[in-house]
Amino acid sequence: MATLVPIDGPAANPDWLSGWRAGPGNGTAAAPDWLPPVRAEAAGRFAARGLPNRRIEDWRYTNLAQLTGLELDWAPAPAEVAKESLPALVFGREADCRLVLVNGQVRPALSAVPALPEGTILTSLAEALATGHPGVADLLRERVTVDDGALKALNDSWLEDGYVLIVPEDVTVDLPIEILSVGTGGALPPAYQPRNLIIAGARSRVTVVEHHVGLCIGGYFANVVTDVAAGPEAIVRHCKVQDESKEAIHVALLDATLGRDAMFDSFCFTLGGRISRNELRVSLDGPGAHCRLNGAYLVGGHQHCDHTTAVDHAAPETHSDQLYKGVLDGRARAVFQGKVVVRQDAQQVEGHQMSRALLLSETSEVNTKPELFIHADDVQCSHGATAGDLDAEALFYLRSRGVPEGQARQLLVEAFLNEAIDAVALAGMRLPLEQNVARWMGERPQPTP
Amino acid sequence: MLEIKNLHASVGGKPILNGVDLAVAPGEVHAVMGPNGSGKSTLSYVLSGRDGYEVSDGSVLFKGGNLLDLDPEERAAAGLFLAFQYPVEIPGVTNMTFLKHALNGLKVQRGEEELDAMQFLKLVRQKAKALGMSDDMLKRAVNVGFSGGEKKRNEILQMAVLEPAFAVLDETDSGLDIDALKIVADGVNALRGPARSMLVITHYQRLLDYIVPDRVHVLAGGRIVTSGGKELALQLEDEGYGAFAARAA
Ligand SMILES: Nc1ncnc2c1ncn2[C@@H]1O[C@H](COP(=O)(O)OP(=O)(O)OP(=O)(O)O)[C@@H](O)[C@H]1O
Ligand SMILES: [Mg+2]
Repeated sequence: MATLVPIDGPAANPDWLSGWRAGPGNGTAAAPDWLPPVRAEAAGRFAARGLPNRRIEDWRYTNLAQLTGLELDWAPAPAEVAKESLPALVFGREADCRLVLVNGQVRPALSAVPALPEGTILTSLAEALATGHPGVADLLRERVTVDDGALKALNDSWLEDGYVLIVPEDVTVDLPIEILSVGTGGALPPAYQPRNLIIAGARSRVTVVEHHVGLCIGGYFANVVTDVAAGPEAIVRHCKVQDESKEAIHVALLDATLGRDAMFDSFCFTLGGRISRNELRVSLDGPGAHCRLNGAYLVGGHQHCDHTTAVDHAAPETHSDQLYKGVLDGRARAVFQGKVVVRQDAQQVEGHQMSRALLLSETSEVNTKPELFIHADDVQCSHGATAGDLDAEALFYLRSRGVPEGQARQLLVEAFLNEAIDAVALAGMRLPLEQNVARWMGERPQPTP
Repeated sequence: MLEIKNLHASVGGKPILNGVDLAVAPGEVHAVMGPNGSGKSTLSYVLSGRDGYEVSDGSVLFKGGNLLDLDPEERAAAGLFLAFQYPVEIPGVTNMTFLKHALNGLKVQRGEEELDAMQFLKLVRQKAKALGMSDDMLKRAVNVGFSGGEKKRNEILQMAVLEPAFAVLDETDSGLDIDALKIVADGVNALRGPARSMLVITHYQRLLDYIVPDRVHVLAGGRIVTSGGKELALQLEDEGYGAFAARAA
């Protein structure tokens, strides 16, 4: 029974929230007047709930109790990070466009943002708040008050920095916009809570690549919230590589609303973190809106990863497709929870989801929970889940042709995961995926014969 | 080249091979015929090192070394190739990728230099063309959605690219139409040479009109019960296996 709030509860570490209670305020940029009361309201919401526990249906399989054992640094001082220590761009080096965040704060000196198409803005939330960008304030004020769980409330209570991307109507941004989020260690594990916004105007097109890495061995707590608003016929692709430190706790919520005929693609590749959760909420608000939510994960050791989705078919002729594929080793655990809601008047809707896992060890485990709530009648929905070992026949076939066993396994794992990329047509992800599979398979402890 | 002596093997605790003796010299082609369930595919799997096949007695010498000590990939590097009776589908791995890993896997194991992308492409295209296989087929996932005959042809393509010293063809002729049979047989014959040997498992004498064997063996009840020249195949087709199976009992 880990009761986390009030903080002086017997099981809780009395220190873990003390820094949070002090609240942000030592930020460099001035906050607009509307912000402090909003933060305070959110802080109250969080304090009333405490961290999610496993009695909450959405958190049945993912346990954050470990957090309460940590004393965290809620306002880490800007860490020294050398540009040379940053990883290469996810999609390769040829075109540099990258905004770098360290412990949740945008660091212009480490970033490289070239001229973007007319009217396109890529900046920090701190900057956008200070300059009072109206689009940003409007969307934030609308989203901040939405009661969507304790961790979102925690993030709402801390609104300070993050990235902001605004693409005006009819603008196509060809260059993938990369966001590198770096976590660093520290005497106390840092806690940081970036708030990101992607606002895509009508008929705009943009691809965002989020790369989360840890430049430390130790742990930290990242609680990321990203709000996406895609106007009519906009196409937004969101690609995420979560390669946090193996001790990190990474929790992310992405909340997207889609206008008429808009399209949102998400691909999340999960590699890192001791405990991680990637939660997507997509509202298909306009008729003809359409989303594809895909993911691939490679976890081993004692890692726990959770992919949770909720798609709301609020309008007719909306489509959603979900495919999550993962490979587990050691004592790793993976969770996939997919909720699909079809509203009463949302006819001619299609919603499909599939979760497939490869269990390379007997001690790894996957929990799948599909939930369909269908209130319309002209609807095609499906869900499915599989879990199994590598195909022994395929492995033997490859070996009998001269492919060494390790390489054959690697090839089969790659092929298995690639399907999740192919479905979102993010060809740029193929190479990073292959490289990571090779690295992961190479580092993987060999099973004792 | 290959010398099988008194080979006993079981699958899932069930004895299938009960003392197989068979020797194939360099350059020779031997045919193995025999009723369904007599252990022909089991023999081919034991030779290629598939898991789950327990050898309880006997030995297999390949080029003078003990074949049974090697992993499947090492057997391939030593020059052994099995054309599967039921080729395996591998979703997500294209034929090209498969062949590249196979060929380079063999070369690395042998300490030879790998082919570069251009050389490889040229080689595969040329071999595929000879077998009447389109580029499109090379880009597709290995055997996924291939017709029965296409799968068999794909096995021969792999053999043509990998150029094994010893090939076991397990019913490569079943499922092939007459034209395909001819093409596959041409592919096999193109590989014949003084340093290469083959073991051709088949139910049909027809294949042996195209791939003329030096010896024909009958496997029944997990043993070679009769061996003879190519005329034995004709005799079998007339008489059926009954007489031979009785002899094995
Ligand atoms: N995994 C297994 N467990 C138990 N029995 C098996 C297993 N695999 C094969 N067998 C049995 O071994 C026997 C020999 O099978 P095998 O496939 O070698 O026959 P075959 O001669 O190739 O037949 P066919 O002409 O039909 O291809 C059969 O009776 C088969 O049922
Ligand atoms: Mg057989």
